Amino acid sequence: MIMNNVDPTISSRKIAALRCVRASLATLLLMLLLPRAALAEEEMRGLAIPLPPKYRQECATCHIAYPPGALPAESWRRILNRLDRHFGTDATLDAATVGQLETWLTAHAAAGSRARPPEDRITRSSWFIAAHDEVPMSLWHSPAVKRPSNCAACHTQADKGNFDERFIRIPGAR
Amino acid sequence: MRPSRSFRVLCAPCLWVATLFATVVGAHADTTARLLDGYTAQAGAGAIPSRGQQFFTSRHGRDWSCASCHGNTPTGPGRHVVTGKTIEPLAPAFNPARFTDEAKTEKWFRRNCKDVVGRECSAAEKADVLSWLMSLKP
Repeated sequence: MIMNNVDPTISSRKIAALRCVRASLATLLLMLLLPRAALAEEEMRGLAIPLPPKYRQECATCHIAYPPGALPAESWRRILNRLDRHFGTDATLDAATVGQLETWLTAHAAAGSRARPPEDRITRSSWFIAAHDEVPMSLWHSPAVKRPSNCAACHTQADKGNFDERFIRIPGAR
Repeated sequence: MRPSRSFRVLCAPCLWVATLFATVVGAHADTTARLLDGYTAQAGAGAIPSRGQQFFTSRHGRDWSCASCHGNTPTGPGRHVVTGKTIEPLAPAFNPARFTDEAKTEKWFRRNCKDVVGRECSAAEKADVLSWLMSLKP
């Protein structure tokens, strides 16, 4: 009689333990897979560096937020030192903001040996010219593009810092 | 008379949201009006909207007017004359975020006046332009 009373208790404990193990395994599996999903997401975004809000606020009103890796540190310093004559416009900022932007831009600038392009223009960099050698002159001057600095005309995710080929749409092309 | 149950359930939340929205918009309008008061006090004279419109749409011996990028009637989006980037509407009635931050307003007046006029704008010029922009209503 006593054994009969005990038996069901043991079996329900067994079931509970089994459930616990199963749940733990599922959780473990999920924890192992999640970083991979995050990595895949990162790859989708073309490994874009997150842009600080200050950079977006101060440097992405008149043009898109150009990626810091598009220019060497020396070019960024020269640009920030001459914001009163910023490619034909006054783009002056307070000294503290300039300092913050300089720290971030130079930390993420193009790696070491890349030469300073003429006029510190991204579009006159040798890498830019090489990357766009298939683009015909007629497209550069089309009304939808107008000038090479208008990245977003073809790079649909340019405002998010993603220049991956998968997101290129040539205006007027089907 | 007590409001019916359906009124309380359906309309009361809408009224609350509307009141909140009106408060927020009203607060923005207050800031803009205070900005204008500041400029007229500095100028020592009242603002003239028509003179502001004239200033905004004319060139001042240089390549661009304010309207080159913001449009002749800045109630809709403009387009940066060099980069082609879209510029949000400037008239506060069409873009409540405009003229709600004094430092931001001063920064853009300083930069854009240098580009358009070749110097910083006077308090009277800022007052005229702002009063004209505030007069643009849907």
